[in-house]
Amino acid sequence: MLTKRIIPCLDIKNGRTVKGVNFVDIKDAGDPLELAEFYAKNGADELVFLDISATEEKRKTLASLVKQIASRINIPFTVGGGINSIEDVDVLLKSGADKVSINTSAYLNPELITAISKRYGSQCCVVAIDARVIEGEWKVHLVGGQKSTDADLFEWAKKVESLGAGEILFTSMDHDGTKNGFANEALAKLSDELSIPIIASGGAGKMSHFKETFNIGKADAALAASVFHYKEIDIIDLKKYLLNNNILMRLQ
Amino acid sequence: MLKTVIIDYGVGNVKSLEFAILRLGYSSILTDDISEIQSADRVIFPGVGAADSAMKTLEAKGLDKVIKNLKQPVLGICLGMQLMCRFSEEGNTNGLGIFDLDVVKFSSKNLKIPQVGWNQIADLRTDLFQNISEKSFMYLVHSYYVEQNENSIASSDYGVNYCVAFQKNNFCGVQFHPEKSSVQGEQLLLNFMNLKN
Repeated sequence: MLTKRIIPCLDIKNGRTVKGVNFVDIKDAGDPLELAEFYAKNGADELVFLDISATEEKRKTLASLVKQIASRINIPFTVGGGINSIEDVDVLLKSGADKVSINTSAYLNPELITAISKRYGSQCCVVAIDARVIEGEWKVHLVGGQKSTDADLFEWAKKVESLGAGEILFTSMDHDGTKNGFANEALAKLSDELSIPIIASGGAGKMSHFKETFNIGKADAALAASVFHYKEIDIIDLKKYLLNNNILMRLQ
Repeated sequence: MLKTVIIDYGVGNVKSLEFAILRLGYSSILTDDISEIQSADRVIFPGVGAADSAMKTLEAKGLDKVIKNLKQPVLGICLGMQLMCRFSEEGNTNGLGIFDLDVVKFSSKNLKIPQVGWNQIADLRTDLFQNISEKSFMYLVHSYYVEQNENSIASSDYGVNYCVAFQKNNFCGVQFHPEKSSVQGEQLLLNFMNLKN
């Protein structure tokens, strides 16, 4: 059977990992290559790199970083952040990324989703959606959550699927950073209403949260950053725990 | 030194495959040049995207006839494996017909389509799976699959028990991505490089 996936997310700025990373066995915690290799060898099923560089100039370093990552790791990885055009996608995929993740640009220019899936296949088009509950309804947010829209999460997700997205990465802004667990109710609804895989993001704090997001939230994959970076949760321990709870996991 | 060619027919993303081969200590040439392909010791036939448009591109480049007449070991990966078959439901297109098999779409209502992620492979046969243990995990992304058949050398389950790798004479194909399947995938690529001509 297909396993559920555990995906660490690395924020990249100007070619370096940002957000605190707290690994004793890594010489340079800011080096995304070293981190990527560490995760690839220690149970991660995939990796997501999110580029938060501010300027176009510094973004160019991303392509060369992607090339170095691709040369060193043997599991799939996704690159997101600031992708606005099919040309941006071209550069990243030709550098060795397996998938790209688009968010605000997909909302502002939905044809981009179709263009990517037509050119490279839907498998490499991940659409990230940030949302939070406003007056009882899940509303899509843009620009890293800074800009609210009137769009309903579930309507937008269905549209994204019909346009050719291969997976949806859903981050609940209400749960992100709380360490109180994932947005399982919304996740389960997404999973029921869509046929493409859903990646849960936002809220991971302890191992049981992952169990709940797979069992209750029906997520296909779970993404987290700080709990892995700070070694609060070791991925291999997490996978053993989930296996003991009858959730199929890949252990090498 | 083995001459390894990756067939270039515009399917784009083969960088990770080139890198995986480099990590094994070999190099590869990405080309659509017919004489380069014919003179290679190993030919890798990759592919993502849709079957019908991929077949049209192969035909336009004259590669369809070239590929099926190759005598050296050939490895089809993902769509490459599917195109080695007679027919695909994806766009209702004829394939290369190296294997007299049909490619059909997953149809279970309870499962996500495409299948994305790591699944176990079993019933492993032939040297292609040397030093790879039963129930190893491989990374897959696909909506269509090859039905069980007598040339199957590995199977997997996703709502249905299906053929995840096959081999006939010098032709073999794998549905998973060995270049993205951690150490087990690298072992498979190494086994392919070590096949006897």
